[in-house]
Amino acid sequence: MATQKKDLSASVSKQTNSERIQVLKTYKVFIDGKFPRTESGRYYPLLDQQGKVIANMCLSSRKDFRNAVVAARKAQVNWASKSAFNRSQILYRMAEMLEARATQFVDELMLMGCSKSAAKQEVEQSVDLLIYYAGWADKYGQVFSSVNPVSGSYFNFSTYEPMGVAALIADGSSGLLGLVSIIAPVIVGGNSAVVLASYTKPLCAISFSEVIATSDVPAGVVNVLTGDLDELYTYFASHMDVNALVYQNVEDSLLEKMQQSAVRNLKRIKKLEAAPSPYAILACQEVKTTWHPIERIGASGSGY
Amino acid sequence: MTNKKAKLKLGNTSFSYAPAPESTSHVNIKSQYDLFIGGKWQKPSSKKYFTTLNPSTEKEIAKVALADKTDVNKAVMAARMAYETTWSKLSGKERGKYIYRIARLIQERAREFAVIESIDGGKPIRESRDIDVPLAAAHFFYTAGWADKLEYAFPQREVSPLGVAGQIIPWNFPLLMAAWKIAPALATGNTVVLKPAETTPLTALKLAELLQDAELPDGVVNIITGAGETGAHLVNHKDVNKIAFTGSTHVGKLIQSAVVGTSKKTTLELGGKAANIIFEDAPIDQAVEGIINGIYFNQGHVCCAGSRLFIQEPVYDQVIQKLKDRISTLIVGDPLDKNTDIGAINSKEQLKTIKKYIKAGLEEGAEIFQSACSVPKEGFWVKPTLFTGVAQSSKIVQEEIFGPVLTVQSFRTVDEVIQKANNTPYGLSAGIWTDKGSKIFNLTSQMKAGVVWANTYNKFDPASPFGGYKESGFGREGGLQGLAPYVQFN
Repeated sequence: MATQKKDLSASVSKQTNSERIQVLKTYKVFIDGKFPRTESGRYYPLLDQQGKVIANMCLSSRKDFRNAVVAARKAQVNWASKSAFNRSQILYRMAEMLEARATQFVDELMLMGCSKSAAKQEVEQSVDLLIYYAGWADKYGQVFSSVNPVSGSYFNFSTYEPMGVAALIADGSSGLLGLVSIIAPVIVGGNSAVVLASYTKPLCAISFSEVIATSDVPAGVVNVLTGDLDELYTYFASHMDVNALVYQNVEDSLLEKMQQSAVRNLKRIKKLEAAPSPYAILACQEVKTTWHPIERIGASGSGY
Repeated sequence: MTNKKAKLKLGNTSFSYAPAPESTSHVNIKSQYDLFIGGKWQKPSSKKYFTTLNPSTEKEIAKVALADKTDVNKAVMAARMAYETTWSKLSGKERGKYIYRIARLIQERAREFAVIESIDGGKPIRESRDIDVPLAAAHFFYTAGWADKLEYAFPQREVSPLGVAGQIIPWNFPLLMAAWKIAPALATGNTVVLKPAETTPLTALKLAELLQDAELPDGVVNIITGAGETGAHLVNHKDVNKIAFTGSTHVGKLIQSAVVGTSKKTTLELGGKAANIIFEDAPIDQAVEGIINGIYFNQGHVCCAGSRLFIQEPVYDQVIQKLKDRISTLIVGDPLDKNTDIGAINSKEQLKTIKKYIKAGLEEGAEIFQSACSVPKEGFWVKPTLFTGVAQSSKIVQEEIFGPVLTVQSFRTVDEVIQKANNTPYGLSAGIWTDKGSKIFNLTSQMKAGVVWANTYNKFDPASPFGGYKESGFGREGGLQGLAPYVQFN
């Protein structure tokens, strides 16, 4: 099988001595900070435009998804309790790692059908998006939280908290930007995520997992699966320990089925805007209002 | 009906409370109410009427129209027409002035509304007079001011209203819930079809009279009465853009399921099973008052009631004793008596539900304590009840009872109680009692709940968002954040 695989990096291969056999990369999935194969042992061949096999991608199973949710749940509390400043630095680190490996991502995007200029632009946009959301980590709370003017001798404030574990369906039409634009706003707010990568453009998702793995993102905060949405959507929508189902672009008929399955635990279903926006962060947040009395008598203002 | 037997014990002396009934002379309830559609009172196409009872006497108060599918359609059409022709064309400034008018009229007629709320729903006049009605007025007043300031609520975004909002409210805070629903809908430019609960329709219908007095344009708010079926017609109506529901998690899920595949937005404010946690370093007497208020306020018919009490072991015996002493002084009886602490259970059906849970608690081997007070012969009553010796897995610990029934568990460590408190599918509210500031911040941030009270409980305010995590629903009501469920970004 491996001999059928096309060279991943055309530019590198040209320079190699023809005697040398290139080492090809095996694409696996990313669960709990590790790179296992799907437990199901199933795969699907990813073909290039000439019909040649680029890679054998993992066809993730329900069990893989459940394992990923367990990892995400375990990681979430610790991730959310990190300081916002720390989360900001970690997202910034992801941008640094992606920038440093830009050529690899450009090559992968081209392999999956992108033009060189489009690929380059997509990688640059992805890096910039990570920087954008890194900056929001310790600001969205300031901008959107409130100290409420209570009519009585109480002090209270409303702040944003992560929903918990989010199941993400990356936009199938893009290899990298769709993935980054759905992961970044979800995790910057303290959620953990299980992401299903694009079926037809999955290479970058696994390479991006390597970026995540080397950016001090704690294991389990982001888990990345490759596979078939038609097969997995029902588990994404019905899992009782998933708090939110997040997507950017899903067919109506599929969305309807997911909405129905999500009713069981009143899972929040959120369509994220792909454009950079703090509202994309807020989409996966809950508002909590915290009260305490103050020692002030006669401040009650609900009279006439 | 009086509370002749209610006594307060102080040392060896005990005092009886003389009855102190609220006057009903200024209250005007008609014998029959039609549907309020398009600014007019209209006979139901079903030609059917149902009765609303006084739960403290089981006597009929009035007959109320039953809205069927045709009536629901009429109401939605009236709301649509009002949206297209008047309300969406009105500036925020003018919308706001109408809402201010409503607030003022409620304040002027506050006592009448309070008495009707207590007669129709069974809650003590002290609560309807001091909490429900003033809060409802305050809610309209607060929200009115947002109508012409929406651009400040959503930075960098232009918003527009959704259209027609279908709103279904429960029987525990009838007028207050109507205010929570109607005020933000109107302020953001939507029109409304509101369905009050079938056991407590009267204050909503009185509100309709008041909307006429306010000269609110016809059809901007329509109020239709009926039971679950009427609500279902409203939820399923094709021309409704928004469903806002407060009620049980079970019905909330049915509604969420019914809107699948439509573009309808939903806000669900559902059930709860809140933890109320008391630490050994808490101000104990203050905490005991808070626990009593947390569970026995409004007969425990409160979605955010502090129904699961967790006491840290060193103060367990002390707190239990003080709770029992305090429970014994609570006056159960005539909702219109100003001395009454706990009024009537809202309906026969709810009484049955609560009794079923008390039986389940006993069957599971929990130890029960109930006040020795007497209750009137007629009407629906439950004495304030406390269960000890329960487990996390007990039915009465897991499920929402919606009555004056408190379960008590003990704990040793902070981590243990956080885990126990969050171990429920609900996530509406929580309470923390401790004198230590750092512990308060730790605990309040760890509670998976939308409202957390520290050293207080069951406090509500129009400027303060309210709503749940997890299966307690989604969306917020009140405050700046309470506007979002009624707008869309352009």
